Amino acid sequence: MERGAKEKNQHLYKPYSNGIIAKEPVSLEQEIQEMRRGGAEPEFDMSDIFYFCRRGVESIVDDEVTKRFTAEELESWNLLTRSNYNFHHISTRLTALWGVGVLIRYGILLPLRVTLAFTGVGLLVVLTSVVGLFPNGRIKNYLSDKVHLMCYRICVRALTAIITYHDSENKPKNGGICVANHTSPIDVIILASDGCYAMVGQVHGGLMGVIQRAMVKACPHIWFERSEVKDRHLVAKRLSDHVADESKLPILIFPEGTCINNTSVMMFKKGSFEIGCKVYPVAIKYDPRFGDAFWNSSKFGMVNYLLHMMSSWAIVCSVWYLPPMSRMEGEDAVQFANRVKAAIARKGGLADLLWDGGLKRGKVKEVFKEEQQKLYSKVLVGSSEDRSRS
Amino acid sequence: MGSRASSLLREEDIEEIKKETGFSHSQITRLYSRFHSLDKGENGALSREDFQRIPELAINPLGDRIINAFFPEGEDQVNFRGFMRTLAHFRPVEDNEKNKDPTSGEPLNSRANKLLFAFRLYDLDRDDKISRDELLQVLRMMVGVNISDEQLGSIADRTIQEADTNGDMSISFSEFTKVLEKVDVEQKMSIRFLH
Repeated sequence: MERGAKEKNQHLYKPYSNGIIAKEPVSLEQEIQEMRRGGAEPEFDMSDIFYFCRRGVESIVDDEVTKRFTAEELESWNLLTRSNYNFHHISTRLTALWGVGVLIRYGILLPLRVTLAFTGVGLLVVLTSVVGLFPNGRIKNYLSDKVHLMCYRICVRALTAIITYHDSENKPKNGGICVANHTSPIDVIILASDGCYAMVGQVHGGLMGVIQRAMVKACPHIWFERSEVKDRHLVAKRLSDHVADESKLPILIFPEGTCINNTSVMMFKKGSFEIGCKVYPVAIKYDPRFGDAFWNSSKFGMVNYLLHMMSSWAIVCSVWYLPPMSRMEGEDAVQFANRVKAAIARKGGLADLLWDGGLKRGKVKEVFKEEQQKLYSKVLVGSSEDRSRS
Repeated sequence: MGSRASSLLREEDIEEIKKETGFSHSQITRLYSRFHSLDKGENGALSREDFQRIPELAINPLGDRIINAFFPEGEDQVNFRGFMRTLAHFRPVEDNEKNKDPTSGEPLNSRANKLLFAFRLYDLDRDDKISRDELLQVLRMMVGVNISDEQLGSIADRTIQEADTNGDMSISFSEFTKVLEKVDVEQKMSIRFLH
């Protein structure tokens, strides 16, 4: 099964295009000019409303944003009920096959994987604490790298993640920031089992907190208190300080800020692009046929999610290391962020969206509506300027 | 979970919707999935908030008017039948309707019904007339703060002047239809539904 999956990874994953409607990407100005009755162009035409009306109803039927926050639909069923959206009984044989699948997944695969997971995490905590006892120096760094890599690789096995790394010559180096698209917390394990990174995140309590405290003993990671997260200058300073120190590992950041369902890349927050160091983009694309890796945090908690992961067939994904990018002359942080985002989207075969991943939970800003209104006003007023000239 | 979605839609319902709206079986099930995914409260009906959660609709200047068109007078919830009935207006017009039943009356996606849908977007108080005030309000929604009151007022006056044939300073549905008789309404107010 592993070899078969590895062969399939060579092709770009074809995005599943099962749209409900066919949209034409025509701009507001074009459409309204087309619609106007020929001859003497009036300033306003009652038919102008058709454009807004149709676009509005089109977005009700199928929009670019809301579907990014639920798991991707599959072309054909992969014997996991969780990815079956239009469930109806097809045949007894298929149900029997599904039943066998359940037995295998929950009876054999899951217990094996859970044991491995506990081993991996346990070893991580214990060994990093041990390494922490060493004095700072080359030996400590070497041991820390080895320990981290080993434990992450055990965790990778625990998830039966079959990963294909492409272009490893572009792997992130010290003194840089690694940015990647975010689909699930597993992204961290996938990247960290192939290279050593400094993690960034909020300090958690409980088991996560224990892991975090242990990890930071072996090599410097950047953990923020909840209160510090709001202070953007503080965050930027800590990141810059870390990057300036060549002996420290590259920082791993997910600029989208939230988990997206791996069919698109959403807006990158500009914070990490303001620091002014080299950025190493990484594209991660999961194959949804073997198991859906997307964490829908509004629906499932972490434990539930991990159980889902460990009871899927496998997690199959491809990782592409893209060549490093730096901010160009005259480019501001937002443009730089968009450039990196476009490169990642292109490599991973994902849709490149300008929408903010924060729309998962929050409302869209009024300013976008005002932009639309401004555009339309230009069409109205523009034609009156022509009239006054003639 | 999505697996419940189709099972709540019975075959008889699909047949009725098919007859009423003209959508195909697979289109109806696809649209039911969409309806279900918008229905965050999972109570079989959509509220105005459910629509406003769609970012592309929220930034549409006429977003609120369009949302309103889905809700019958005085109601806050729209069920799947109502949803489909409104969407049916946007089906493309076919020349040879195979299941054309002469007694069933005019199909929802006829040219006249498409024009009526647009007319109702302007007619805020649903009195079958577009008054100067209503026209101004809709214009204001479309242009935001970018055009002055005087300029907008003169645009509204000019529009009513051109359309009004019976001198009552408002636009009735027949006057509206006359003004737009050269516009390709069938194409502009249609959405290409796949399969």
